[in-house]
Amino acid sequence: MGERPGEPLLKVTNLTVSYGPIKAVKGVSLEVYRGEVVSLIGANGAGKSSLLRAISGLVPYGGEVAFEGGSLAGVPAHKRVGRGITHVPEGRGIFGNLSVMENLTLATWQRKDKTGIAGDLDRVFTRFPRLRERSGQPGNTLSGGEQQMLAIGRALMANNECMLLDEPSMGLSPLLVEDIFQVIREINAGGVTIVLVEQNANMAILASNRGYVMESGVIALSGSRDELSSDPRVIDAYLGV
Amino acid sequence: MAYFLQQFINVLQTGSTYSLIALGYTMVYGVLSMINFAHGDIFMVGAFLFFLFVSTLKLPFVPSMLAATVLTALLGVATERFAYRPLRGAPKMSAVITALGVGVLLEHLTLAINPYPRHIPAMFEGSGTWSAGGVVISQLKAAIIVFSLLMMALLDFTINKTKLGMAIRAISWDMSVVPLMGVSVNGVIAATFAIGAGLGGIAGVLYSLAYPVINPYMGVMVGWKAFISAVIGGIGNVRGAIVGGYVLGLVETLTIVFLPATYRDVTAFSLLLILLVYRPYGLMGKPKTFKV
Ligand SMILES: Nc1ncnc2c1ncn2[C@@H]1O[C@H](COP(=O)(O)OP(=O)(O)O)[C@@H](O)[C@H]1O
Ligand SMILES: [Mg+2]
Repeated sequence: MGERPGEPLLKVTNLTVSYGPIKAVKGVSLEVYRGEVVSLIGANGAGKSSLLRAISGLVPYGGEVAFEGGSLAGVPAHKRVGRGITHVPEGRGIFGNLSVMENLTLATWQRKDKTGIAGDLDRVFTRFPRLRERSGQPGNTLSGGEQQMLAIGRALMANNECMLLDEPSMGLSPLLVEDIFQVIREINAGGVTIVLVEQNANMAILASNRGYVMESGVIALSGSRDELSSDPRVIDAYLGV
Repeated sequence: MAYFLQQFINVLQTGSTYSLIALGYTMVYGVLSMINFAHGDIFMVGAFLFFLFVSTLKLPFVPSMLAATVLTALLGVATERFAYRPLRGAPKMSAVITALGVGVLLEHLTLAINPYPRHIPAMFEGSGTWSAGGVVISQLKAAIIVFSLLMMALLDFTINKTKLGMAIRAISWDMSVVPLMGVSVNGVIAATFAIGAGLGGIAGVLYSLAYPVINPYMGVMVGWKAFISAVIGGIGNVRGAIVGGYVLGLVETLTIVFLPATYRDVTAFSLLLILLVYRPYGLMGKPKTFKV
């Protein structure tokens, strides 16, 4: 895609996020390369969601976020979607008063290609037949698992290059968690670069190429899947063996 | 019987005005969870702008009405941009007090320019009346009612069937997630104000055709009535606001039929107080149709 190999798709440099006096992210740098699944693990309150919110432009931040080599400084959140970043927020962010179909349709706001949209809708419904069955139902009548499917379906409707997933397995039964991770692998196989935030560290590390471990606002560790899954500190703190 | 049918036509006319304006209250509440108490004055400005175009500038009816509607819509957008947006993160009470201030400002600005009541020239003198079985309806009145209903149908379609409508409803559910859909929250809120204020402007024009003497305070009582209509329908509920306007029109007309006419406003405000205490979510919706 006209880019020098080795240039990251997403590059975060010395990023900080504060909520009033609370410093949630204290200088984080990371890179995500095209086609990768990068996991971001860490305890509750470590700053993972804040980091994603800064990347997608939902919160003001210090430092730098660059996408496809260009700075996103001053680019509002809704325009970052047009640039190629889709963020599936913690808690899914389903519009409970909109039908399943409307939730999916709203996610295409930035798109003009009618045939492409129709094709993607078909793909989402084929992958998640439950969403097709419930397409006319309000979002708040779906079960937790169905809502997560809808949140991911919505992200697919945006048809973007990079997807940020914030705890997609949260609150789901083990069987559904397996299902979600399978979906994530499929989406990645389709060419989408993924940043995966998880408390389910074990599965997240296994599903990723590389990963970062966050602790109270900073990156404590990083490495490839195998490095992380064999690192005694990770095993101790997150893999709970 | 003819008497009651005649009264029914009055219900439709009064109700149409209330409903058109109530939509502005309910839409703004839907996206910002605030009561825009300047909205009755937006309605008043619509009537005065219409006067400006049709009487001072002597433009024909249709362009005058169009221009008044567009400018009123822009006024709505401007009030949001400059008065309410800076307070978006502030407690709702600040925005509501600001809205009251904006309303008083609009009243006195209009008063400064128009120290005396203005008369909308009669434009449809040639139009006749229809009568059947003792019931008389002027064609003008019929046109006002039909046009109002048409506007409301158009709005209902916009809210329920278009992407803009989806975005407006999505904001009322959870504004924080909406940018992640690629939607500009500020843009959609501006569009919401434009539509709400534009409908208020249209109501102002139609009202001034039926009651051609206009003054800067005409929006105060009508605005309250429209607000009560929105509360009847469940504030934030678009179809509720439409129904609520006609319900209030009916309640007021029944009051006049059975009690001295001076009791009309007492009934309307009593209804408001009773609703706010016992059914703050209105007569139609279940609680929490909209996230408040
Ligand atoms: N909206 C907010 N206002 C104030 N503090 C917040 C807000 N969101 C998160 N925080 C705080 O920022 C820190 C990091 O939170 P978060 O980014 O949600 O971490 P994680 O996703 O890793 O659990 C926590 O201390 C949390 O309490
Ligand atoms: Mg989190």
